[in-house]
Amino acid sequence: MKKIINDPNRVVEDMVNGMVQAFPNQLKRIPGTMVISRQEAPVKNKVGLVSGGGSGHEPAHAGYVGKGMLDAAVAGEVFTSPTPDQVLEAIKAVDGGAGVFLIIKNYTGDVLNFEMAAELAEAEGIQVEKVIVNDDVAVEDSDFTTGRRGIAGTIFVHKLAGAKAEQGATLQEVKVIADKVVQNVRSMGMALTPCTVPAAGKPSFNLEENEMEIGIGIHGEAGIERKEISTADEIAEELTMKIIEDLPYQSGDEVAVMINGLGSTPEMELYIVSRKVQEVLKEKGIQVYQTFVGEFMTSLEMAGCSVTLLKLDNELKELLHAESLAPAFRV
Amino acid sequence: MELTIEDTIKWMQLTNDKIQKNKEHLTALDQVIGDSDHGINMARGFQEVMKKLDAATYETVSDVMKDVAMTLMSKVGGAAGPLYGTAFLKLSMSLKDSQKVDESSFAKALEEAVQGIIMRGKANAGEKTMLDVWIPVQDYFSANNVKADELETIAKTAMEQTKELKATKGRASYFKDKSIGHIDPGSASSYYLFTSLAEVIE
Ligand SMILES: Nc1ncnc2c1ncn2[C@@H]1O[C@H](COP(=O)(O)OP(=O)(O)O)[C@@H](O)[C@H]1O
Ligand SMILES: [Mg+2]
Repeated sequence: MKKIINDPNRVVEDMVNGMVQAFPNQLKRIPGTMVISRQEAPVKNKVGLVSGGGSGHEPAHAGYVGKGMLDAAVAGEVFTSPTPDQVLEAIKAVDGGAGVFLIIKNYTGDVLNFEMAAELAEAEGIQVEKVIVNDDVAVEDSDFTTGRRGIAGTIFVHKLAGAKAEQGATLQEVKVIADKVVQNVRSMGMALTPCTVPAAGKPSFNLEENEMEIGIGIHGEAGIERKEISTADEIAEELTMKIIEDLPYQSGDEVAVMINGLGSTPEMELYIVSRKVQEVLKEKGIQVYQTFVGEFMTSLEMAGCSVTLLKLDNELKELLHAESLAPAFRV
Repeated sequence: MELTIEDTIKWMQLTNDKIQKNKEHLTALDQVIGDSDHGINMARGFQEVMKKLDAATYETVSDVMKDVAMTLMSKVGGAAGPLYGTAFLKLSMSLKDSQKVDESSFAKALEEAVQGIIMRGKANAGEKTMLDVWIPVQDYFSANNVKADELETIAKTAMEQTKELKATKGRASYFKDKSIGHIDPGSASSYYLFTSLAEVIE
């Protein structure tokens, strides 16, 4: 393992401190916790938005804390959901009297820990609502299993629900928007190389030099297929088609596109993927309203990318445009 | 069987020893059908449990279990943290104020712990989770005069049988048929818990 770290057991602590010190006017750490909140939290009479999850996905989620997006993010250990007490601290720190909205990615650990925190907060008289993001089309959408994972599409939930809350919407109104984004957002990823959790010291899985995995999860969980690496165009087409097939589009529909790097894929390659994604969409008569290319939800140093499409209407477009001062998503 | 305050602390101590010793093994199991953190999480959690228990004095078995529950809940994380936390919280609630626990009270408490895991995680028997060890152990406690060697065998067999199961809950479910042939990490850590209990009641 070769990493720029001080101590495998202190990576999250060091990272959290580094982040708040890099953005001292915007972010603060809630003392004694792994919670990063807006400097001005709690914002009076505004619905507070809290997200979070295991670390190793930076800039998710603390990079999305700021006016127009989240009020706080909770950082768990690397690839491990944060615990209920930490999430509860975040909820308390952002409760400005209008209730708190939780954005949870659909993993058993995240759901359990956030739900327990919600119960604890409700017992303290704080109103809590939540959305569970499950945008990964690589996993079958089923009520009998854990269901689909939440991946990069989560950023759009942060953005649009955050914008809605900033307008002074009620907790219920924020939930309606978040649900609408979840219904309209789909993603799928792929990887060329595994990644190494610092405390584990070894890669979490193996991929041969000529292999890639289509549909991989952000912790390196199994995808759809492992096969020989193909061209960027073939990869982009496969990911995009799978997403389009999952959520029917009509000619003329508008989408926001996110091409997300998983940690060690050069931006150059992301633009090569983006180029083909645009071409496929054009062929299908789907209009691209806005494209985001970069690292939004990474998996440590994994090489690979994900594609996300969000189907837009006028309401969602307006929210996508609204101001955001979050360090990792400025609008 | 009878469980005193000292026995309960000893139980946690033995569990911690086994988890620390097998930390890499648990992580390796989670590497195959999960995300390589189960050993790290459990080792961190039980280390904190021992710190907590060593620093406190107890009047009841239930208070020991409550501290175990709260520590696991706040230090383990992932899916296993809230589930183990819930299980110990249910044990503590069921055994409320007991200074000594007899076999039938423990059997009943175990039943409530299992119900707690089911309610929280919405899984059931056969989905390749820790429940596939907890349920057989609980069944054994309800139906028998508990003997240490039998308890150890039941827990071990149950853990090994998770190999044959296909995961439909938790992170391993993404592996679908490929999850077959591997022991469930949470069942392995649960085995360490119950084999330590067997050592205590011996
Ligand atoms: N819904 C569930 N019900 C019961 N046990 C579960 C459930 N989901 C996962 N588990 C248990 O948790 C273990 C995984 O724990 P851990 O690796 O710490 O969490 P994570 O999957 O979040 O990384 C699994 O091996 C399984 O035994
Ligand atoms: Mg795990």
